[in-house]
Amino acid sequence: MSVRRLAAEQPANFRFSAGNLSWARRQLKKYPKTRKASAVVPLLWQAQKQNDNWLPRPAIEYVAKFLDMPVIRVMEIATFYSMFNLQPVGRHFVQLCGTTPCWLRGADDLKAVCRTLIGPERTVSEDGLFSWAEVECLGACCNAPMVQINDDYYEDLDARIFTKLLGDLRAGKQIKTGSQTGREGSAPSNGPTTLLDPKLYNAAGFTPKTKRSAKSAAKAAKPKFLKSPRSGAGDDLKRIKGIGPKLEGILNDLGVFHFHQIAAWSKGNVAWVDGHLRFKGRIEREKWIAQARKLAGRG
Amino acid sequence: MLSDRDRIFTNLYGLHDWRLRGAKRRGAWDGTKGLMARGHDWIVDEVKASGLRGRGGAGFPTGLKWSFMPKKSDGRPNYLVVNADESEPGTCKDREIMRHDPHLLIEGCLLASYAMRAHACYIYIRGEFIHERERLQAAIDEAYDAGLIGKNACGSGWTFDLFVHHGAGAYICGEETALLESLEGKKGMPRMKPPFPANVGLYGAPTTVNNVESIAVTGAILRRGAVWFSSLGRPNNTGTKLFSISGHVNKPCNVEEEMGIPFRELIDKHAGGVRGGWNNLLAVIPGGSSVPCLPAAACKDLLMDFDSLKEQKSGLGTAAVIVMDKSTDIIRAIARLSYFYKHESCGQCTPCREGTGWMWRVISRMAEGRAEKREIDMLLQVTRQVEGHTICALGDAAAWPVQGLIRHFRPVIEERIDQYAAKAAGDGARRVEAAE
Repeated sequence: MSVRRLAAEQPANFRFSAGNLSWARRQLKKYPKTRKASAVVPLLWQAQKQNDNWLPRPAIEYVAKFLDMPVIRVMEIATFYSMFNLQPVGRHFVQLCGTTPCWLRGADDLKAVCRTLIGPERTVSEDGLFSWAEVECLGACCNAPMVQINDDYYEDLDARIFTKLLGDLRAGKQIKTGSQTGREGSAPSNGPTTLLDPKLYNAAGFTPKTKRSAKSAAKAAKPKFLKSPRSGAGDDLKRIKGIGPKLEGILNDLGVFHFHQIAAWSKGNVAWVDGHLRFKGRIEREKWIAQARKLAGRG
Repeated sequence: MLSDRDRIFTNLYGLHDWRLRGAKRRGAWDGTKGLMARGHDWIVDEVKASGLRGRGGAGFPTGLKWSFMPKKSDGRPNYLVVNADESEPGTCKDREIMRHDPHLLIEGCLLASYAMRAHACYIYIRGEFIHERERLQAAIDEAYDAGLIGKNACGSGWTFDLFVHHGAGAYICGEETALLESLEGKKGMPRMKPPFPANVGLYGAPTTVNNVESIAVTGAILRRGAVWFSSLGRPNNTGTKLFSISGHVNKPCNVEEEMGIPFRELIDKHAGGVRGGWNNLLAVIPGGSSVPCLPAAACKDLLMDFDSLKEQKSGLGTAAVIVMDKSTDIIRAIARLSYFYKHESCGQCTPCREGTGWMWRVISRMAEGRAEKREIDMLLQVTRQVEGHTICALGDAAAWPVQGLIRHFRPVIEERIDQYAAKAAGDGARRVEAAE
């Protein structure tokens, strides 16, 4: 909870531009006809964008009228949600994430930069270019510390990079959004440790097919199953890489309790089990037979 | 380690085409019509059998949640609402799904809505995710144009409409009933339960609210089968999970891994290890800011899933792992979280509205050492008076980090208080000397 008040100086009136008006009418189509109030947050947001990124009282009243809502209900919304700026902001409005994940990686240093280069929090710099505010978690914690400037995220910052970034903005230079250290999204800094199998991205290679191929189905032959484990106890099938407790249970239910049973499966048997349990080839892929043969030999 | 073939989010880092064509090449939208043809209840049963538990933090079984929706309409429509208001500190996984693999989410929305007999679905995305919202909308437009959603979705004869709605900066709107209030155009203040959303939800109609990740994995589960999904992980904690690793690790990242992966393996394999080496680890918040922290000693053999973290009196939450090394001022780290909850309390229930501010003020004094030792127990007592005495879980979420701190780091707080007292006494003595 925080106290939020409307700005002391307000413009005389507000109305949507022609483009925004037709946009607003399209928004209403998303919701049932009697539920126009649902559009209040998107409409207030659009009004704020039209008004140099802050929300004046006439805009709140205009949206209330547009949606047939009491003004106080819209006022409640405007003061409740923290993204509505009730005071004027700089042309570049810097929202600095200060919550623990960013704080751990140096958000305080960025705050110091803001204080030096822009001034006190929530005041517009004299040239009207900047203002800044500390906000709560912006949901880019793997790229901490980060700031949002107007619509864009700038990630993987430190005091030096951030100082340069603000300087470039002041000079009107084009700056790239996202990671400032050249990372791809939220991958580890020296490249992904996963998703390296090229077959994932080769349409001819790996596509999880839903249908079993007719060929293997034709050859499928049901293996012999046991009603209960021999000599009272089954083997620990989980020792086969690829079989977890869940699969072990399913195999037990089928009547498979021992390594030697799996080791003795023919190709047809494999196809049958594979098809029956919809494994899509994992028995071969994970080399169960070879594993089972080894384990059976040892046991 | 999970094999690449068992990963669902194959464009997690955005290295490949997010558009429909690219998504289809990676397996999305493959045989969706056939999956729908197997019936509403088949989908629910398959998701139940997969053991999928909600990925938004609470870990409620997804299939079971779906089965609460009425099968016969009493005239009111059914709704699916997808919770994309990702704002739990530490969590940044849904953002990657929406900007890099939006079609997995869209297909999941269709399948889940069909399973619950809903013709309309809203995705509620947090206001700050502006580009993610535009990306998602562009992907939805593609899906409409391709006939995958809309009238006769995928040629199934089912009409399905999907809308993106956004918030404007309120953590509380991630709570499902606050989200519904916000979607109806009100302040995001949670509703009393019961009635639960499955009976009276959005616009008074039966509604299910699910996290983005829970919905986005649906297509893969149905295509590859519940057996495949449930064979990953441990019993009752099945499948794959996106982990967001942030804080003091060498290479913070998002990664999809098997549920129940050992904490140390997760950090060492993907995040380049703890900054300064494993022995430099101080504490970990294993599931987003709301769960209690764990000291390094508890992390040695820690498994990352719902049940094993619960045993440690913490939780998997959203699987947002916040790592802190020995340079961290742990009291300040938790105090900053207390400030977060104070800021984000909606103000509806007194214990939370007043309690979050109170806890923040006391713990901030403790961070300086400007407190008395008996206040530690007083603080603990107050957390217990907030916890469980509010409409929604934000009160609990504000209490748990403080409880975790006191449980594991009480000596640190006491030492800080002693230091402050000693310094104050020294200063006092010097002042007396100077006066004489």
